[in-house]
Amino acid sequence: MSDTFFSGAPHWTWLILLYFFVGGVAGGAAFLAAVLDWVGGAEDRPVARSGYNVAAFGAIVSGALLTIDLGRPLRFWHMLFQSANFPALMFKGWSPISFGAWGILLFGLFSVLAALGGMAEEGRLHNPTLRAVGGAVHGGVAKLVGGVAGLFGIFIAGYTGVLLSVTNRPIWADSPWLGALFVASGVSTGAAALILLAARRGATEQALARLSAFDTKALVVELLVLVVFVVSLGALNKVWVSFWGLILLVGVVALGILAPLWLHLQRRPVARAARLVLLGGFLLRLATIFASEGIEHYRVTAGM
Amino acid sequence: MPEAMGFFTDTTVCIGCKACEVACKEWNQLPAENGGVRELSGDSYDNTRRLDGIHWRHVRFIEQFKGPYDGRWLMMSDVCKHCVQAGCLEVCPTGAIIRTQFDTVVIQSDVCNGCRACIAACPFGVIDINPVSGTAQKCTLCYDRLQVGLEPACSKACPTDSIQFGAISELRTRAGKRVAQLKSQGVAAELYGADPSGPLGGLNSFYLLVDKPEVYGLPRHPELPTANLAKSGGLSMASAAVLGLLAIVGLRKRRMDEQSRGGPGNV
Repeated sequence: MSDTFFSGAPHWTWLILLYFFVGGVAGGAAFLAAVLDWVGGAEDRPVARSGYNVAAFGAIVSGALLTIDLGRPLRFWHMLFQSANFPALMFKGWSPISFGAWGILLFGLFSVLAALGGMAEEGRLHNPTLRAVGGAVHGGVAKLVGGVAGLFGIFIAGYTGVLLSVTNRPIWADSPWLGALFVASGVSTGAAALILLAARRGATEQALARLSAFDTKALVVELLVLVVFVVSLGALNKVWVSFWGLILLVGVVALGILAPLWLHLQRRPVARAARLVLLGGFLLRLATIFASEGIEHYRVTAGM
Repeated sequence: MPEAMGFFTDTTVCIGCKACEVACKEWNQLPAENGGVRELSGDSYDNTRRLDGIHWRHVRFIEQFKGPYDGRWLMMSDVCKHCVQAGCLEVCPTGAIIRTQFDTVVIQSDVCNGCRACIAACPFGVIDINPVSGTAQKCTLCYDRLQVGLEPACSKACPTDSIQFGAISELRTRAGKRVAQLKSQGVAAELYGADPSGPLGGLNSFYLLVDKPEVYGLPRHPELPTANLAKSGGLSMASAAVLGLLAIVGLRKRRMDEQSRGGPGNV
């Protein structure tokens, strides 16, 4: 029996699940938006703008979800500043929850700036202050701000998996591959969100097709990492003889990865595949979080 | 600085009276579970069942019975191990978990914001949320009593001296003698957590066991949660690098196509 079976469940449930999903999508979207800004053409700019919008919205929602989930929400700032020694900073480079808190804050800051830049470009900002801020984020500055948002985005997509691994909980701490898996899932779901949203924001057919082609590759990477993750669990794989195993196999592998891949190969409408990718990303986090959280309820049935 | 203080729990003399549990609850003013409505476990004489935010001491009953006349009870008063290298303290993002001058590990309730990272980090399942305070809580090794020269409430109340409090160096000597005595009587006794060169740098609450650690609900090789950080972080970065490369190549392709056709990219 793994030594991780003697630890206690942290009660990271629905709010954390939502945060992991929203943060992953937002992070992946910001990352792809930044890549498009740096290596794409002018016709990709509507997709990039949509990416920053998703990132900004996701970052704000993520912060709210994390705060509400705390036992003492009004003390959320204790993660950023030393409460007894304000304004001294609170930062532990070896604790994912600590550097993650800073990561979300900075991701939020840069993605909101990048989104404001995009909105100013589209002439959608009517508030003078916001218009002034958004107006300042253009040209080289916009590229730089977007790049930083993208780097923080890929960090947000992946650190949540690392956070789970840096515990003593079953499944999470029994494999080092969760972070890599969440990175791949974040990028694939981010691309899916962009495919769905950018079409309404003036993205060209070609831009969407290229995004869809990239999502196919991201899904292949995700599938490979998922296989390696499962193999790395070794004898612990008995935990998947449960409802969560069914979710992982049917919901994530079949519906969330293989079905969209098949749709891509058949050159079916990209929106349908994108919806399935988003569903798969959500179910991946659902299965990995709840399989460990509720392990006390089914470990005997699973023969552990 | 005072010497490192802690507990040596000799499980062979524990009688399962739970006086330690009661004394801990009394002194620390911990609330009753389920609003005081009695809940029976249904499959054990132990109705506490676990350590958590409102049970900082738990006398574990291990009922090993093969038949009506063939069996034994093992009893162990469990508590926070006050690890020399503490996983909870390591990951706590608010700085609420501190090491005291007695080398014990204490959660400051006025700093903790209830993020629950410490719960998942503890290899022993010691910490949980106290629903009254909304913060993570566990044994403080009676930090308030230690500061005024008193011994912790649990060891003070223990009627058989199964829980012994004192300086760690002295407790280790005492524990070693007890193991030798039991072994000379043919009892397979072992110490758990007494070795400073062992897992987590040793435990400031260590145990004398007569069965495998797993039987008492203790991990054989407890680890710090950050043991996974480098590998997990490295693989995440590798995954990000692969996807980044695929994105750069895939999303740049059109521009290159246009260049080769003399399209807009060439202008």
